[in-house]
Amino acid sequence: MPTYRPGPVSLIIAAFVALFLLMPLLAVIPVSLTPSRMLAMPSGELSLRHYRALIEDPRWIDSILLSIRIGIVSSAFSTVLALCFSLGVWMFQPRFTAALVGFVLLPMVVPPVVSAITLYFLLTSISGFSSLFGYDTWLGVAMAHSVMTVPFATVLMLVSLSQLDRRIDLAARGLGASVWERATRIIMPNIMFGIITAALLSFVLSWEEIGVTLFITSVNAITLPRLMWMGLRDNIDPAIAALSVILIIITVLVLALRSFVVRLRGVR
Amino acid sequence: MRAYLSDRMGAALLMAPLLLFLVLAYAWPFLGVVKWSFTLPTPGLGQYEALLTDDLVQSVFIRTLRIAAVVTVVSVAAAYAITVVWVRGTPAQRLVAEFCILVPFWISVLTRAFGWVALLSNRGLINTWLQAIGFISEPLALVRNEFGVIVGMTHFLIPFAVFPLASAMRSLDDRVLLAARGLGSSRMRTFWSVFVPMTRSGIIGAALIVFVFSLGFFVTPAILGGGRSVMVAELIYLRIFQSPDWGLGAAISVVLVLFVGALMALLFRYVRPKQLI
Repeated sequence: MPTYRPGPVSLIIAAFVALFLLMPLLAVIPVSLTPSRMLAMPSGELSLRHYRALIEDPRWIDSILLSIRIGIVSSAFSTVLALCFSLGVWMFQPRFTAALVGFVLLPMVVPPVVSAITLYFLLTSISGFSSLFGYDTWLGVAMAHSVMTVPFATVLMLVSLSQLDRRIDLAARGLGASVWERATRIIMPNIMFGIITAALLSFVLSWEEIGVTLFITSVNAITLPRLMWMGLRDNIDPAIAALSVILIIITVLVLALRSFVVRLRGVR
Repeated sequence: MRAYLSDRMGAALLMAPLLLFLVLAYAWPFLGVVKWSFTLPTPGLGQYEALLTDDLVQSVFIRTLRIAAVVTVVSVAAAYAITVVWVRGTPAQRLVAEFCILVPFWISVLTRAFGWVALLSNRGLINTWLQAIGFISEPLALVRNEFGVIVGMTHFLIPFAVFPLASAMRSLDDRVLLAARGLGSSRMRTFWSVFVPMTRSGIIGAALIVFVFSLGFFVTPAILGGGRSVMVAELIYLRIFQSPDWGLGAAISVVLVLFVGALMALLFRYVRPKQLI
């Protein structure tokens, strides 16, 4: 426990920073209630028309469903790949582990725009001989999102494996368990929290991915962030404010739930 | 011997799918982009020559470095202030600080950029209020310029700067601070001559992370810059999709990767990867 507390000056500066961090999130609330068709502060009356537009306009619903579909597929794919890879690293500690892990983490550290142009090259090349996986297809987007999310899933798996006691695996091995049995019946039940976190994080990252998605979609695979982007660039649609308010509320609720679960489990 | 062999087989089988996937879906197409930079529109080093001579490209690179430098200084300083409270405050202060750091961190870059548009644009919150109280008659130009870009990027990057700083501050021994105070140093002096120097590795780590991130930033500058203060990432996008000049876009990407790689190498000389989490 720190005994040395921040003084009044620190607290005042930190309060300004906190205000700065929350300001844009609070600003969308009044905008979302404007009765006007354009971005403006409501003057006098409030209206929920932009919230209704989210439910009634098929463009928003379609893109939300598409984002969910892409999120589930890409998250499942990257979670499975990351899980197998991390199990391999943890159970067998092969040579060149550091280099291999470093390679897997590349999409996380390379500037996103470079990953975007790289995946654009990939999908336009695939388009030449497959209309299922290429540029501007939902499976192509899911694959590209997997490339971008798999490093994060791997990091989470490796972190939760690093907290696991090796001796339980050695015991299982000594008692004659096969590699498959060790992985599925000894190790995986013990890192279930990490696996679920990795799957959720991959889904969230795919759900809000925009940098790469902009490069690899044009008219067919319009994900939710892609649709928001179009509404932000041209004339600003206040429906985005309504959507933002909903997303912010969900985020706050999930974070509160998470800190509740973490506290319940007694982990840090 | 058999166990050893099956171990190696097992490792290979488990690790192969992901490695194969990334080789095919990431490494190979990246080499393709590198090839573009040397072959489009004509084979040779023409695109790299253009990088060094083209005024537009040069000005974009200089603007990117300038914005990244300003954003780095501002966001590391701001992150430092709030991290002090997050790590060393009373439990209530810590909870509030954590909320203010984590909620923006988890909200998408688009929502956050939009929040700034709602605040800063001509018909946004700030201009509406300032006009209502009669402080200004014409709306201030707060977005669609470098100011808006810097504000939005700083907001996005503060949480990323917080984590290395928090890790450095957590590992600092309280007794050193108490000793300084006991020896008669003022609060200010203890902070500036003991606390700050002892969290140096966190400051360097945070600064490099923020700087590297801001070099490749795309969404925030594109929305808050309104096409007027184009940064490197947006230039790549424009070269690919608007004035199809794939070779130049690819060449800029290659230069960006090399530059960021060099900075990362520098980062890992100063900070161990574990300190960043």
